[in-house]
Amino acid sequence: MGFEQFGFVSYVSQAKIGEFTEYLINNRLMGTKCKKCGKVYFPPRGDCTSCLGEEIEWVEIKGEGKLVTYTQVNFAPTGFQEDVPYILALGQLNSGQHVFARFSKDVLLEQMKIGMAIQLVPCKIDEERVIYEFQMP
Amino acid sequence: MTARVAIIGVGQSSFGKRPNSSIRDLTFEAFHEAIEDTKNLGRKDIDASLVATAAGYDKQRSPAAVIAEYLELNPQPTFLTEAACASSTVALRTAWSFVKSGLHDVVAVIGYQKMTDMTSDAIQEVMGRAGDVMFESPFGTSMPAYYAMFARAHMDAYGTTEEDLAKVSVKNHYYSQFNPKAMFQKEFTLEKVLSTRVIASPLKSLDCCANADGASCLIVANESKAKKFAEQPVWIKGLGLGSTPMSLASRNPPFTGFESALEAARQAYTMAGVMPEDIDVAEVHDCFTIAELIAYGDLGFCKREDSPKMIRDEETHLGGRIPVNIDGGLLSKGHPVGATGGSQIRTLVHQLRGEGGKVQVDGAKVALGHNVGGIGMYTNVTILEA
Repeated sequence: MGFEQFGFVSYVSQAKIGEFTEYLINNRLMGTKCKKCGKVYFPPRGDCTSCLGEEIEWVEIKGEGKLVTYTQVNFAPTGFQEDVPYILALGQLNSGQHVFARFSKDVLLEQMKIGMAIQLVPCKIDEERVIYEFQMP
Repeated sequence: MTARVAIIGVGQSSFGKRPNSSIRDLTFEAFHEAIEDTKNLGRKDIDASLVATAAGYDKQRSPAAVIAEYLELNPQPTFLTEAACASSTVALRTAWSFVKSGLHDVVAVIGYQKMTDMTSDAIQEVMGRAGDVMFESPFGTSMPAYYAMFARAHMDAYGTTEEDLAKVSVKNHYYSQFNPKAMFQKEFTLEKVLSTRVIASPLKSLDCCANADGASCLIVANESKAKKFAEQPVWIKGLGLGSTPMSLASRNPPFTGFESALEAARQAYTMAGVMPEDIDVAEVHDCFTIAELIAYGDLGFCKREDSPKMIRDEETHLGGRIPVNIDGGLLSKGHPVGATGGSQIRTLVHQLRGEGGKVQVDGAKVALGHNVGGIGMYTNVTILEA
């Protein structure tokens, strides 16, 4: 299973959690849960790096959370120049995990407020590529 | 066998766009100044060299070998030390360990970066990959964007304003006029800083350091060699190195400081037996204006929430409570990643030897250097004493 379909530009093609992109293609936001200690990871991890458990299962992630911080990028690195401006944000899901993602293009910088409610959703970039993004709930 | 470890020679190249200089030319320039700075240190008196650079900006792989060759430091040991923008002070820490253990008597630390062979957006891409390439870089990250997110969190938590950030830039650019090795060497008004284009909100062009070419060199020695090869050795009193998860998402809030810096500062203050109020002069890693305010808090110069007040009240100007970045800082010197930490230490060594010229802090006895790798993944703190 490949990871190369993840992101606007991907830098990693091979990973244990390659199925993650398959789930995103099918519009499902999935994390991993350790069968031993029960810890839930999002983004997913191939092993439980906390209790060292190697048995994991895929679990549905509810994307509700709040905005922790953000920026609007006007000057982008190679590979992303055509996307500017875009908003990068750090959110915290109600289940506790922090998530780094872009905001949906239909949300404006002026609407951003730290602490506001946000929703993380799977998102198709084009025929090939998938990612997740924050939206206003 | 003596216990103290000294810096006996410091050097750096001019920082900036150096279109006629390769990594060999830049490191030679820094090494030459450092050798001249010692008292007749010969090439064969150097027992090992540590080369510091962040990978990906120039094409040379395994660069320690070519630098040691060009500086005629064979057949002594040489190798590369990498910790992103903190590479050269992590190499200094490694050199200290070699000397302290008695493995080597004299070690050269040579940091460099050749950046302007690449376009600015290509550099952004390389730097963006100094974040997590699996779950963060695919969104289009860059160093300005990461630091901008810390700036936004700082503003939200402590009422820090864009003017407060700009004041850091104004201060550091002001002092660069007196640093002949700095990239800019010119003043900017607050209005000018605030009117430059937004790179990643709220950070504007003059809130960001410039990519630059440059090299630095520090010669480290044990006490007996220090007395032989230096008129005025400067002693390494405290060292601290800490780490923080690379991914923002794996960190603990609040996003207004770096755990790596808190840990590095704790270690360094403990080892040196000093407190923040004992520091006479400091160099902190101002890759962005917000990074300097973050450093004030992380180093205990003030409470985190008081860092905007510290710049407003000019407590870190020359003549203030703790003068910070009076050589111009990264903001005006330019930031050749692998050379920066060595350049900071060079400034502090000059201060402790009373050679600071127009920016000399009267009677400086204890100095602190704070060198951050990437978005705080690594922080190195070094405390020096005259």
